Amino acid sequence: MPGASSWSFSEDDSRRIDGILNGFLGDASARTALIVDRAGQLVATVGEPVQFDPTAFASLTAADFSANDQLARMLGEPEFGALFHQGERESMYLADIARRVILVVLFDNSTTLGLVKLRVRNAVTQLNTVFTDMFSRADQDAASPKVETGFLGDAEDEIDRLFGA
Amino acid sequence: MSMINYASREINCKLVYYGPGLGGKTTNLEFVYNKVAPGARGKMISLATETERTLFFDFLPVDLGTIRGFKVKFHLYTVPGQVYYNASRKLILKGVDGVVFVGDSQLERMEANIEAMQNLYDNMTQHGYDLTKIPFVVQYNKRDLPNASPIEELQGALNPGWPVEEPVRQRLLADVDHPGEYLVWQQDGQWIERAPYFEAVAATGEGVFDTLKSISKSVVKTLG
Repeated sequence: MPGASSWSFSEDDSRRIDGILNGFLGDASARTALIVDRAGQLVATVGEPVQFDPTAFASLTAADFSANDQLARMLGEPEFGALFHQGERESMYLADIARRVILVVLFDNSTTLGLVKLRVRNAVTQLNTVFTDMFSRADQDAASPKVETGFLGDAEDEIDRLFGA
Repeated sequence: MSMINYASREINCKLVYYGPGLGGKTTNLEFVYNKVAPGARGKMISLATETERTLFFDFLPVDLGTIRGFKVKFHLYTVPGQVYYNASRKLILKGVDGVVFVGDSQLERMEANIEAMQNLYDNMTQHGYDLTKIPFVVQYNKRDLPNASPIEELQGALNPGWPVEEPVRQRLLADVDHPGEYLVWQQDGQWIERAPYFEAVAATGEGVFDTLKSISKSVVKTLG
Protein backbone atom coordinates (compact mmCIF):
# COMPACT_ATOMS: atom_id res chain seq x y z
CA MET A 1 0.00 0.00 0.00
CA PRO A 2 1.72 3.22 -1.13
CA GLY A 3 -0.23 5.64 1.01
CA ALA A 4 -3.16 5.62 3.32
CA SER A 5 -6.08 4.28 1.28
CA SER A 6 -9.28 6.24 1.23
CA TRP A 7 -12.57 4.67 2.13
CA SER A 8 -16.14 5.63 1.57
CA PHE A 9 -19.35 5.49 3.43
CA SER A 10 -22.65 5.09 1.57
CA GLU A 11 -26.19 6.08 2.55
CA ASP A 12 -26.95 2.39 2.88
CA ASP A 13 -24.06 1.95 5.35
CA SER A 14 -25.33 4.98 7.23
CA ARG A 15 -28.83 3.50 7.58
CA ARG A 16 -27.47 0.17 8.85
CA ILE A 17 -25.23 1.89 11.39
CA ASP A 18 -27.96 4.25 12.57
CA GLY A 19 -30.29 1.28 13.02
CA ILE A 20 -27.76 -0.61 15.16
CA LEU A 21 -26.88 2.45 17.25
CA ASN A 22 -30.48 3.54 17.81
CA GLY A 23 -31.36 0.06 19.03
CA PHE A 24 -28.35 0.05 21.34
CA LEU A 25 -29.05 3.53 22.79
CA GLY A 26 -32.58 2.45 23.67
CA ASP A 27 -31.45 -0.83 25.27
CA ALA A 28 -28.65 0.82 27.27
CA SER A 29 -30.50 4.06 28.12
CA ALA A 30 -27.42 5.93 26.87
CA ARG A 31 -27.70 9.42 25.37
CA THR A 32 -25.47 9.59 22.30
CA ALA A 33 -23.31 7.26 20.23
CA LEU A 34 -20.60 8.47 17.87
CA ILE A 35 -18.43 6.60 15.40
CA VAL A 36 -14.97 8.05 14.86
CA ASP A 37 -12.31 6.66 12.54
CA ARG A 38 -8.78 5.99 13.78
CA ALA A 39 -7.49 8.99 11.83
CA GLY A 40 -9.71 11.28 13.91
CA GLN A 41 -12.65 11.89 11.58
CA LEU A 42 -16.24 11.78 12.69
CA VAL A 43 -18.20 9.15 10.78
CA ALA A 44 -21.64 9.16 12.45
CA THR A 45 -23.58 10.59 15.39
CA VAL A 46 -26.82 9.09 16.68
CA GLY A 47 -29.05 10.04 19.63
CA GLU A 48 -29.23 13.36 21.47
CA PRO A 49 -27.42 16.19 19.65
CA VAL A 50 -24.08 16.98 21.32
CA GLN A 51 -23.32 20.38 22.87
CA PHE A 52 -19.61 20.40 21.97
CA ASP A 53 -17.56 20.74 18.78
CA PRO A 54 -17.85 17.22 17.29
CA THR A 55 -14.86 17.66 14.96
CA ALA A 56 -12.51 18.50 17.83
CA PHE A 57 -14.07 15.73 19.90
CA ALA A 58 -13.38 13.19 17.15
CA SER A 59 -9.71 14.14 16.82
CA LEU A 60 -9.19 13.89 20.58
CA THR A 61 -11.03 10.57 20.76
CA ALA A 62 -8.79 9.02 18.11
CA ALA A 63 -5.69 10.33 19.87
CA ASP A 64 -6.94 9.04 23.21
CA PHE A 65 -7.65 5.60 21.82
CA SER A 66 -4.35 5.40 19.92
CA ALA A 67 -2.33 6.47 22.96
CA ASN A 68 -4.04 3.80 25.04
CA ASP A 69 -3.38 1.25 22.31
CA GLN A 70 0.33 1.91 22.68
CA LEU A 71 0.10 1.71 26.47
CA ALA A 72 -1.57 -1.70 26.09
CA ARG A 73 1.33 -2.93 23.97
CA MET A 74 3.82 -1.74 26.56
CA LEU A 75 1.98 -3.92 29.06
CA GLY A 76 2.18 -6.86 26.70
CA GLU A 77 -1.51 -6.68 25.71
CA PRO A 78 -2.37 -6.69 21.99
CA GLU A 79 -4.86 -3.88 22.63
CA PHE A 80 -7.33 -2.43 25.11
CA GLY A 81 -10.55 -3.29 23.31
CA ALA A 82 -12.50 -0.74 25.34
CA LEU A 83 -11.91 2.35 27.50
CA PHE A 84 -14.05 4.02 30.12
CA HIS A 85 -13.85 7.63 31.30
CA GLN A 86 -15.94 8.43 34.36
CA GLY A 87 -17.23 11.88 35.21
CA GLU A 88 -19.47 13.11 38.02
CA ARG A 89 -22.50 13.28 35.75
CA GLU A 90 -21.31 12.46 32.24
CA SER A 91 -19.25 9.43 31.31
CA MET A 92 -17.97 7.92 28.11
CA TYR A 93 -17.27 4.39 26.98
CA LEU A 94 -15.11 3.69 23.93
CA ALA A 95 -14.92 0.42 22.04
CA ASP A 96 -12.85 -0.73 19.08
CA ILE A 97 -14.69 -1.72 15.90
CA ALA A 98 -12.85 -3.83 13.31
CA ARG A 99 -9.54 -2.17 14.28
CA ARG A 100 -10.46 0.76 12.03
CA VAL A 101 -13.08 2.85 13.85
CA ILE A 102 -14.10 3.60 17.43
CA LEU A 103 -17.57 3.54 18.96
CA VAL A 104 -18.02 6.26 21.58
CA VAL A 105 -20.99 6.04 23.94
CA LEU A 106 -21.97 9.07 26.05
CA PHE A 107 -24.18 8.41 29.04
CA ASP A 108 -25.21 10.00 32.32
CA ASN A 109 -26.47 8.85 35.71
CA SER A 110 -29.79 7.66 34.27
CA THR A 111 -28.05 4.39 33.35
CA THR A 112 -25.09 2.37 34.66
CA LEU A 113 -21.74 1.34 33.28
CA GLY A 114 -22.78 -2.28 33.77
CA LEU A 115 -25.82 -1.92 31.52
CA VAL A 116 -23.84 -0.01 28.87
CA LYS A 117 -21.14 -2.71 28.86
CA LEU A 118 -23.71 -5.46 28.68
CA ARG A 119 -25.63 -3.94 25.77
CA VAL A 120 -22.62 -2.68 23.86
CA ARG A 121 -21.36 -6.20 23.14
CA ASN A 122 -24.14 -6.95 20.72
CA ALA A 123 -23.79 -3.56 19.03
CA VAL A 124 -20.03 -4.04 18.64
CA THR A 125 -20.54 -7.46 17.05
CA GLN A 126 -23.03 -6.05 14.54
CA LEU A 127 -20.90 -2.99 13.78
CA ASN A 128 -17.84 -5.19 13.27
CA THR A 129 -19.70 -6.97 10.47
CA VAL A 130 -20.85 -3.72 8.84
CA PHE A 131 -17.41 -2.09 8.92
CA THR A 132 -15.53 -5.21 7.85
CA ASP A 133 -17.82 -5.33 4.78
CA MET A 134 -17.27 -1.62 4.12
CA PHE A 135 -13.49 -1.83 4.31
CA SER A 136 -13.22 -4.93 2.14
CA ARG A 137 -15.38 -3.14 -0.43
CA ALA A 138 -13.15 -0.02 -0.17
CA ASP A 139 -10.06 -2.15 -0.89
CA GLN A 140 -11.72 -3.54 -4.03
CA ASP A 141 -12.87 -0.10 -5.22
CA ALA A 142 -9.53 1.56 -4.56
CA ALA A 143 -8.76 2.15 -8.23
CA SER A 144 -12.06 3.74 -9.25
CA PRO A 145 -12.57 7.51 -9.19
CA LYS A 146 -14.51 8.71 -6.18
CA VAL A 147 -15.78 12.11 -7.28
CA GLU A 148 -17.40 13.41 -10.44
CA THR A 149 -15.52 15.10 -13.29
CA GLY A 150 -15.01 18.80 -12.65
CA PHE A 151 -14.60 18.31 -8.92
CA LEU A 152 -10.84 18.70 -9.08
CA GLY A 153 -10.91 22.04 -10.96
CA ASP A 154 -13.59 23.44 -8.68
CA ALA A 155 -11.70 22.30 -5.57
CA GLU A 156 -8.49 23.97 -6.79
CA ASP A 157 -10.37 27.23 -7.42
CA GLU A 158 -11.82 27.06 -3.94
CA ILE A 159 -8.37 26.41 -2.42
CA ASP A 160 -7.04 29.50 -4.22
CA ARG A 161 -9.97 31.55 -2.96
CA LEU A 162 -9.72 30.42 0.65
CA PHE A 163 -5.92 30.38 0.99
CA GLY A 164 -5.22 33.35 -1.30
CA ALA A 165 -4.54 33.16 -5.07
CA MET B 1 -6.84 8.02 4.55
CA SER B 2 -9.32 10.46 3.10
CA MET B 3 -12.81 9.50 4.09
CA ILE B 4 -15.72 10.06 1.71
CA ASN B 5 -19.01 9.99 3.53
CA TYR B 6 -21.71 9.63 0.88
CA ALA B 7 -24.40 9.75 3.55
CA SER B 8 -23.47 13.20 4.90
CA ARG B 9 -21.80 14.17 1.55
CA GLU B 10 -18.48 14.97 3.25
CA ILE B 11 -14.86 14.44 2.30
CA ASN B 12 -12.28 14.74 5.09
CA CYS B 13 -8.55 14.90 4.42
CA LYS B 14 -5.78 14.77 7.02
CA LEU B 15 -2.68 16.95 6.61
CA VAL B 16 0.22 16.58 9.03
CA TYR B 17 2.94 19.18 9.70
CA TYR B 18 6.12 17.35 10.70
CA GLY B 19 9.63 18.57 11.57
CA PRO B 20 12.22 19.30 14.24
CA GLY B 21 11.33 20.92 17.58
CA LEU B 22 10.85 24.71 17.56
CA GLY B 23 10.84 24.70 13.75
CA GLY B 24 7.52 26.56 13.42
CA LYS B 25 4.87 23.86 12.89
CA THR B 26 2.49 25.29 15.49
CA THR B 27 3.22 28.81 14.20
CA ASN B 28 2.07 27.71 10.72
CA LEU B 29 -1.25 26.52 12.13
CA GLU B 30 -1.69 29.62 14.28
CA PHE B 31 -1.19 31.84 11.26
CA VAL B 32 -3.74 29.86 9.25
CA TYR B 33 -6.15 30.06 12.18
CA ASN B 34 -5.77 33.83 12.46
CA LYS B 35 -6.00 34.59 8.75
CA VAL B 36 -8.56 32.22 7.33
CA ALA B 37 -12.17 33.43 7.34
CA PRO B 38 -13.69 32.58 10.76
CA GLY B 39 -16.60 30.79 9.10
CA ALA B 40 -14.19 28.45 7.31
CA ARG B 41 -12.36 27.15 10.34
CA GLY B 42 -13.22 25.27 13.48
CA LYS B 43 -11.78 25.37 16.95
CA MET B 44 -7.99 25.02 17.22
CA ILE B 45 -6.90 22.49 19.81
CA SER B 46 -3.38 22.44 21.22
CA LEU B 47 -2.21 19.71 23.55
CA ALA B 48 0.88 21.51 24.82
CA THR B 49 3.09 21.61 27.90
CA GLU B 50 3.08 24.55 30.33
CA THR B 51 5.92 26.08 28.32
CA GLU B 52 3.84 25.91 25.15
CA ARG B 53 5.82 23.08 23.62
CA THR B 54 3.58 20.69 21.70
CA LEU B 55 3.05 17.59 23.82
CA PHE B 56 0.78 15.52 21.60
CA PHE B 57 -0.54 17.59 18.69
CA ASP B 58 -2.25 20.76 17.50
CA PHE B 59 -5.40 20.36 15.49
CA LEU B 60 -7.18 22.81 13.20
CA PRO B 61 -10.10 21.90 10.92
CA VAL B 62 -10.50 24.07 7.81
CA ASP B 63 -13.65 23.91 5.73
CA LEU B 64 -13.23 24.36 1.99
CA GLY B 65 -16.97 24.69 1.43
CA THR B 66 -19.27 22.59 -0.75
CA ILE B 67 -17.82 21.43 -4.06
CA ARG B 68 -20.00 19.50 -6.53
CA GLY B 69 -22.28 18.48 -3.69
CA PHE B 70 -19.53 17.47 -1.24
CA LYS B 71 -18.46 19.37 1.86
CA VAL B 72 -14.66 19.24 1.75
CA LYS B 73 -12.70 19.57 4.97
CA PHE B 74 -8.99 19.60 5.71
CA HIS B 75 -7.87 18.51 9.15
CA LEU B 76 -4.50 20.10 9.92
CA TYR B 77 -2.35 18.44 12.57
CA THR B 78 1.13 19.16 13.93
CA VAL B 79 3.28 16.62 15.73
CA PRO B 80 5.55 17.28 18.73
CA GLY B 81 9.02 17.97 17.34
CA GLN B 82 11.07 17.04 20.35
CA VAL B 83 12.98 13.80 19.79
CA TYR B 84 11.64 11.95 22.84
CA TYR B 85 8.00 12.31 21.80
CA ASN B 86 8.33 9.81 18.97
CA ALA B 87 5.50 7.57 20.16
CA SER B 88 2.95 10.39 19.90
CA ARG B 89 4.46 11.61 16.63
CA LYS B 90 3.92 8.23 15.07
CA LEU B 91 0.29 8.05 16.23
CA ILE B 92 -0.60 11.32 14.50
CA LEU B 93 0.60 9.99 11.13
CA LYS B 94 -2.14 7.33 11.22
CA GLY B 95 -4.39 7.87 8.21
CA VAL B 96 -2.41 10.83 6.85
CA ASP B 97 -3.27 12.12 3.36
CA GLY B 98 -0.52 14.70 2.95
CA VAL B 99 2.67 15.69 4.81
CA VAL B 100 4.32 19.10 5.19
CA PHE B 101 7.87 18.93 6.52
CA VAL B 102 8.70 22.22 8.27
CA GLY B 103 12.48 22.56 8.34
CA ASP B 104 14.37 25.12 10.41
CA SER B 105 16.70 27.05 8.08
CA GLN B 106 19.20 27.95 10.80
CA LEU B 107 22.64 26.50 10.18
CA GLU B 108 22.90 24.97 13.65
CA ARG B 109 19.57 23.15 13.20
CA MET B 110 20.72 21.19 10.15
CA GLU B 111 21.41 18.08 12.19
CA ALA B 112 17.98 18.28 13.86
CA ASN B 113 16.34 18.69 10.43
CA ILE B 114 18.07 15.61 9.04
CA GLU B 115 17.16 13.59 12.10
CA ALA B 116 13.49 14.67 11.87
CA MET B 117 13.34 13.84 8.14
CA GLN B 118 14.81 10.40 8.76
CA ASN B 119 12.32 9.91 11.58
CA LEU B 120 9.46 10.88 9.25
CA TYR B 121 10.52 8.30 6.65
CA ASP B 122 10.90 5.65 9.39
CA ASN B 123 7.50 6.33 10.95
CA MET B 124 5.74 6.40 7.58
CA THR B 125 7.33 3.06 6.67
CA GLN B 126 6.21 1.57 9.97
CA HIS B 127 2.63 2.54 9.11
CA GLY B 128 3.07 0.93 5.68
CA TYR B 129 2.98 4.28 3.83
CA ASP B 130 5.48 5.40 1.20
CA LEU B 131 6.35 9.09 1.45
CA THR B 132 7.42 9.18 -2.19
CA LYS B 133 3.90 8.13 -3.25
CA ILE B 134 1.71 10.49 -1.24
CA PRO B 135 1.39 14.30 -1.33
CA PHE B 136 4.50 15.72 0.34
CA VAL B 137 5.78 19.31 0.55
CA VAL B 138 8.88 20.73 2.24
CA GLN B 139 8.86 24.17 3.84
CA TYR B 140 12.08 25.94 4.82
CA ASN B 141 11.09 28.20 7.67
CA LYS B 142 12.89 31.14 9.33
CA ARG B 143 14.32 32.42 6.04
CA ASP B 144 14.60 35.90 7.59
CA LEU B 145 17.28 34.90 10.11
CA PRO B 146 20.90 35.91 9.41
CA ASN B 147 22.15 32.39 10.13
CA ALA B 148 19.81 30.73 7.59
CA SER B 149 21.53 28.13 5.38
CA PRO B 150 21.38 28.62 1.61
CA ILE B 151 18.39 26.87 0.00
CA GLU B 152 20.68 24.70 -2.15
CA GLU B 153 22.29 23.25 0.97
CA LEU B 154 18.93 22.56 2.62
CA GLN B 155 17.60 20.97 -0.56
CA GLY B 156 20.72 18.84 -0.90
CA ALA B 157 20.44 17.58 2.67
CA LEU B 158 16.67 17.27 3.14
CA ASN B 159 15.06 17.02 -0.29
CA PRO B 160 17.63 15.54 -2.70
CA GLY B 161 14.95 13.48 -4.49
CA TRP B 162 14.23 9.83 -5.05
CA PRO B 163 14.47 7.63 -8.17
CA VAL B 164 11.38 7.51 -10.41
CA GLU B 165 10.82 3.91 -11.50
CA GLU B 166 7.43 4.09 -13.30
CA PRO B 167 8.10 4.77 -17.03
CA VAL B 168 4.89 6.85 -17.30
CA ARG B 169 6.24 9.36 -14.78
CA GLN B 170 9.70 9.60 -16.33
CA ARG B 171 9.26 12.98 -17.99
CA LEU B 172 10.46 16.47 -17.22
CA LEU B 173 8.19 18.27 -14.75
CA ALA B 174 8.82 21.96 -14.14
CA ASP B 175 8.54 23.40 -10.64
CA VAL B 176 5.92 26.11 -11.24
CA ASP B 177 6.88 27.91 -8.04
CA HIS B 178 10.58 28.15 -8.94
CA PRO B 179 11.20 29.05 -12.61
CA GLY B 180 14.10 27.13 -14.11
CA GLU B 181 13.84 24.33 -11.54
CA TYR B 182 12.25 20.89 -11.87
CA LEU B 183 10.30 18.47 -9.68
CA VAL B 184 11.11 15.56 -12.02
CA TRP B 185 14.33 15.55 -14.02
CA GLN B 186 17.04 13.28 -15.39
CA GLN B 187 20.46 13.09 -13.80
CA ASP B 188 23.25 10.73 -14.91
CA GLY B 189 20.68 8.63 -16.81
CA GLN B 190 18.38 8.28 -13.78
CA TRP B 191 15.02 10.02 -13.41
CA ILE B 192 14.71 11.82 -10.08
CA GLU B 193 11.71 13.36 -8.35
CA ARG B 194 11.67 15.61 -5.34
CA ALA B 195 9.01 17.23 -3.21
CA PRO B 196 7.89 20.80 -3.97
CA TYR B 197 9.50 23.25 -1.56
CA PHE B 198 8.63 26.68 -0.18
CA GLU B 199 10.57 29.33 1.70
CA ALA B 200 8.75 30.75 4.70
CA VAL B 201 8.78 33.03 7.68
CA ALA B 202 5.90 31.46 9.57
CA ALA B 203 5.94 34.13 12.28
CA THR B 204 4.93 36.78 9.72
CA GLY B 205 2.96 34.34 7.57
CA GLU B 206 5.25 34.51 4.57
CA GLY B 207 5.01 31.25 2.63
CA VAL B 208 2.47 29.71 5.01
CA PHE B 209 -0.47 29.78 2.59
CA ASP B 210 1.73 28.90 -0.43
CA THR B 211 2.69 25.73 1.43
CA LEU B 212 -0.88 24.96 2.45
CA LYS B 213 -2.21 25.58 -1.07
CA SER B 214 0.36 23.24 -2.57
CA ILE B 215 -0.27 20.35 -0.19
CA SER B 216 -4.07 20.70 -0.27
CA LYS B 217 -4.14 20.75 -4.08
CA SER B 218 -1.97 17.63 -4.21
CA VAL B 219 -4.29 15.89 -1.75
CA VAL B 220 -7.42 16.87 -3.69
CA LYS B 221 -5.84 15.40 -6.85
CA THR B 222 -5.69 12.00 -5.17
CA LEU B 223 -9.50 11.99 -4.88
CA GLY B 224 -10.11 12.23 -8.63
